[in-house]
Amino acid sequence: MMEWLHAHRLALLITLKKLRATPLAHLLMAGVIGAALSLPSGLYLLVNNLERAAGNVSVQPQITLFLVQNTPQEVIHTLEHKLRKHPAIEDINFIPRDEAWKALLERNGLEGTGGELETNPLPDAFIVHANDTDPNAVSALQQELSRWPEVEFAQLDAAWVKRLHALLQLGNKLVVVLAGLLGFALLVIIGNTIRLQILTQRDEIEVSALIGATNRFIRRPFLYAGTLHGLLGGVMAWLILHAALFLFNVSVKDLAQLYGTDFRLEPLGLQPSWILIGCAAALGWVGSYFAVSRYLFNLERP
Amino acid sequence: MKTAGDCRVIKFDAVTKRYPGGHEALRSVSFAIDKGEMVFVTGHSGAGKTTLLKLAAAIERPTSGTILLNGQNIGKLRRAALPYVRRNFGLIFQDHKLLYDRNVFDNVALPLAIAGISGREAGKRVRAALDKVGLLHREKAMPIALSGGEQQRLAIARAIVSRPAILLADEPTGNLDANYARDIMELFRSFNQVGVTVIIATPDAAPSTTGRILHLDHGMLAS
Ligand SMILES: Nc1ncnc2c1ncn2[C@@H]1O[C@H](COP(=O)(O)OP(=O)(O)OP(=O)(O)O)[C@@H](O)[C@H]1O
Ligand SMILES: [Mg+2]
Repeated sequence: MMEWLHAHRLALLITLKKLRATPLAHLLMAGVIGAALSLPSGLYLLVNNLERAAGNVSVQPQITLFLVQNTPQEVIHTLEHKLRKHPAIEDINFIPRDEAWKALLERNGLEGTGGELETNPLPDAFIVHANDTDPNAVSALQQELSRWPEVEFAQLDAAWVKRLHALLQLGNKLVVVLAGLLGFALLVIIGNTIRLQILTQRDEIEVSALIGATNRFIRRPFLYAGTLHGLLGGVMAWLILHAALFLFNVSVKDLAQLYGTDFRLEPLGLQPSWILIGCAAALGWVGSYFAVSRYLFNLERP
Repeated sequence: MKTAGDCRVIKFDAVTKRYPGGHEALRSVSFAIDKGEMVFVTGHSGAGKTTLLKLAAAIERPTSGTILLNGQNIGKLRRAALPYVRRNFGLIFQDHKLLYDRNVFDNVALPLAIAGISGREAGKRVRAALDKVGLLHREKAMPIALSGGEQQRLAIARAIVSRPAILLADEPTGNLDANYARDIMELFRSFNQVGVTVIIATPDAAPSTTGRILHLDHGMLAS
């Protein structure tokens, strides 16, 4: 156990010594890995933030029933009754046309400005909450209600939310695909860098193997080097990501204020940060493991 | 249970080595070397001396025949076990195989690092080995700055630093002048006197020092 710890400490020291000897090359390498990794993690950040923003919007689909103009009060009453008894409906809200008109004027700051229209063009409306939030069920309900004679038009309000969610789901898939592709590219890049390092140390590897070094011994310093590459690359990606985030938030602040929201991109959480850096280090380890193993395999073949 | 073969450090039994390409470097070679022996392997260039040493140290595998090391058939071992077999030997290569990117001290420390020895203990052993070959004052020098004879002694220091039971030296006096060569041979003799089995390949038909001779002729052992 002590020996094992010792061997690792030694390999780590060798690796750090090399890092000190060629800091620029290592920095460049970290930059390349960091830039590549910042793409999928940046997209993840964006999707995550949009999801959060979308989460504030009610996902429960609702249908607005605009009634035929000037529907008599009694008809509205029977209609309300019918709706309340409908098995697919959870709850309804009646919005009289006057109220809707007032709200609209208020929202647009037009109340009492003389910009009022002479007559209220809005119809009475019901807002219907469906029992089942399944998009197909809601859609079927909307179709059914729109065929009622008292209903002029049945509008499914959740359509855009649905579309947003589908889009976010697509974004999530894209993150996975992008991470997979770039991860593979990094594996190759790191493997290749390690292969070049191996070539400069061919003699050492040959002699070591001849005088009794195990493959594990030979592999160790390269594994450390690869892992270190990955680790630095992961940290670099995190820094790139948050520098971009900072710049974005600065410029989005004014825009958000204009629209009366306080929308800003939240930084990567603690756990995703660790996952990013951990994955980068793991990629480095795997890439260098393959590089050294391939070299040793070719060396051993007679 | 001890058999007669057990006291043999190395035993070749009808060993043939055919290199890829079909050339037979050794043909049905059989011999045995006892613990503490000093043996010279002689023969013309291309006779198979280096091949014999490489087979003994499990660097090459025999095409046929068996090689026993302390009674163990090393031809039957898994590849992963071979590094541990090699650590029984101190190897001095025909072309030295020194590492020119590090100084004398670090060259000698390599076998110890492989065996998991470092720090103060390693430093002590490295200096003891350098002292034996008379290179203690050059520990900081780079190998390229050493003379041919000094490089040869550096190679010897690296071979003995892990205190192996068997020394295999491939033409250790290759291109040294006669006086220097005699010094080196004396050095090997002194290792042999403390119980190390020493096997030396040399192109001379009859080495000046005493010891058993295995003479190779076109891959065959002449009796
Ligand atoms: N790796 C190899 N592949 C193919 N043939 C080889 C290989 N190594 C050696 N040989 C051949 O095997 C024969 C014996 O070679 P070996 O190196 O054992 O000779 P040697 O007695 O050590 O010669 P020298 O005194 O020149 O070092 C030679 O004909 C050589 O060409
Ligand atoms: Mg030779």
